Order: sequence, then structure tokens, then C-alpha cells
Amino acid sequence: MEWVPAISRWIHLMAGVMWIGLLYYFNFVNVAAAKAAAADGTAAGISKHVMPRALLYFRWAAVVTWLAGAALLGRHFFEAFVFLNRAYYAIGIGAWLGTIMLFNVWVLIWPNQKKILGIVQATDDEKNKARRVAFLASRTNTAFSIPMLYFMAAGAHSALFFG
Amino acid sequence: MKNPLDSLWGTIISGLILTLILHNIVAYALGG
Repeated sequence: MEWVPAISRWIHLMAGVMWIGLLYYFNFVNVAAAKAAAADGTAAGISKHVMPRALLYFRWAAVVTWLAGAALLGRHFFEAFVFLNRAYYAIGIGAWLGTIMLFNVWVLIWPNQKKILGIVQATDDEKNKARRVAFLASRTNTAFSIPMLYFMAAGAHSALFFG
Repeated sequence: MKNPLDSLWGTIISGLILTLILHNIVAYALGG
């Protein structure tokens, strides 16, 4: 058994399930739930008790997924990201999509969620703008997750997808 | 025009279209 690739792959999959699972929870469940809760005045519980915990696991799972993926690529990391080797074209696309998604989490979603949840001070105007940016970044990641997962699978089973 | 990301179905369809485009680019690059 080759320990580093084996453990990296396992961690990559587990952290990836947590990251994308929480992304789907936000998009498929929470957006509609928060809207309904705001309408009947019960949104405070979600904002106070659910979102901070979900976002904690979400953003750190994204980091662990990316780092484990980088460890899994190992010495082929550069080849995959700059498409130097045909064998790494598919995983290269998946890796780029995952990297853009990680950027969205830490640069667009989390800083704006901090304003929305009141973790940092913001005016109502800033909160409204933050809500739109975080929403669109989250939806972009949901859309990107579809080809990202396709190319992650294709990277490991190229003949099946591109044979 | 409405932003497709405003709806879940628009988001999913956008992801599927992007998958199809990227698949064809990679398949072409691999000579398939």
C-alpha cells in the first residue's frame, strides 16, 4: 500500500463530501428555509445556531479537500494545473474548478456571510449587497460542482469517460 | 434577462451545460 496517495484520496473524498454536502444543504434547503423562516419571524434561530456551525465545517472542509487533493496529485500537481500531460487533462479541469470554488468560499462567501450574520459590523445596505454576492457565489459553486465532480470521476476513470 | 443562478433549476442546467462544453473540449484535446 502506498500510504500518502491512499490516505490523501480517503481524506479528499471525506472532506469533499462534507464540503459539497454542506454546499447542497445551503442551496437546496437553507435558501428556501431561511426565506420561509423570515416570513414567520423564526429566522433568528437559523442565523444564530445553524449557519455559524455549518459555515465553520463548510469553509474548513473546503481547505482540507483542496490540500488532500494537492497531496494526491503530488509530483503531478503542476502537470495537472497547466495541462502539460494528456493523462491529467480531466483531473486538471476538476482541480481548476475546485480551486475556483475554494476561492469563492474564502473570498466571496465567508466574508459576506460574516456581514449577513452580524459577526462583523455592516449597515443594512452593506448586508443587502453581501447577501447578493454570497448567494451568487454559492450558486456559482453549486453549478461548478456538477462539472467538477464529473471531472474528478473522469480523472480516475479516464477510459470510461473519454475512451 | 433573468440570471439563471437565481433558480435552482437554472443553476443545475447551467452546471450541466458547462459539463457538456468542458467534456467536449477535453474529448477533442484527447483526440476522441
